[in-house]
Amino acid sequence: MSTRIGVVVFPGSNCEHDVVRAVQLVGGADAELVFHDRRDLSGLDAVVLPGGFAHGDYLRPGALARFSPVMESVAKFAAEGGPVVGICNGFQVLTEAGLLPGALQKNAGLRFLCTVVPVTVVSDRSVLTARLTPGRHLSLPINHFEGNYTCDAGTLEMLRSEGRIVLRYADNPNGSVDDIAGVCNAAGNVVGLMPHPERACDVLLGNTDGAGLIGSLVASATSGTRALSRSS
Amino acid sequence: MRFSVLVEVRLRPGIADPQGATIERALPALGFSGVDGVRVGKAVRFVIDAADEASARAEAQDMAERLLANPVIEEAEVTVSADAKAGAAS
Repeated sequence: MSTRIGVVVFPGSNCEHDVVRAVQLVGGADAELVFHDRRDLSGLDAVVLPGGFAHGDYLRPGALARFSPVMESVAKFAAEGGPVVGICNGFQVLTEAGLLPGALQKNAGLRFLCTVVPVTVVSDRSVLTARLTPGRHLSLPINHFEGNYTCDAGTLEMLRSEGRIVLRYADNPNGSVDDIAGVCNAAGNVVGLMPHPERACDVLLGNTDGAGLIGSLVASATSGTRALSRSS
Repeated sequence: MRFSVLVEVRLRPGIADPQGATIERALPALGFSGVDGVRVGKAVRFVIDAADEASARAEAQDMAERLLANPVIEEAEVTVSADAKAGAAS
């Protein structure tokens, strides 16, 4: 049976088809859209929260989406060790839901950023980076107004000491603390990142740097994350 | 009884405020000098039915903690007053 990846669709998500295509193309996985009112995630090996503007980003990005019925099931799936990745708006939803620490504020400089930026893989102890070597440089698209990662000093120290900073910007575009582009939970099975790896998986689009990340996710989903969690 | 509620959501002290910083930089260009410490927040107003002022306040506080503010970066201040338009609206 092939690996099956659920891609959550909130009202206002807009990158779900890109993610479906990327996991099929890179990992040969099956993918299905999971609507925000669904509670049953059985049969899925991983869940992706895609980018977009869930519920119009009203109040704060992710503030309303986190109360969707599907999010209770996503929290349970994550607690059981299932791989969960939030990309861009999906990252914002995961922080609002308390599945990842910190918050994403408006970019320093108040510009909506739509560009390609250099990032560095910091840790391979996450479902999204398991097959990449720390120190590897990637060039990835970003597309956000609220990508300025913020957390208190204690949280930052914890993220550093536990190796939970997954990706860093080589040239900080948005003011994120410690150049953070992506973080994970303690077990490494829940990951959030602002860059869009799904948009950099096809030779036709001129950039395949995201393929290693999407490939890691599919591999982690296939093998089960328990195999991945090794002690630091 | 009906009560008017104002929930003021603001960034916690020490959290960087890109909007506040931009406004602060813009003010001198308009001739406003000596302005310091600009912080941008949100004001949420609503009217609520509650038995008394204390329960209206408790309800609003709960909303602030669970939805209106993100406790990671924001704090909220709740102000409750008797609804001036009580009876007139509906």
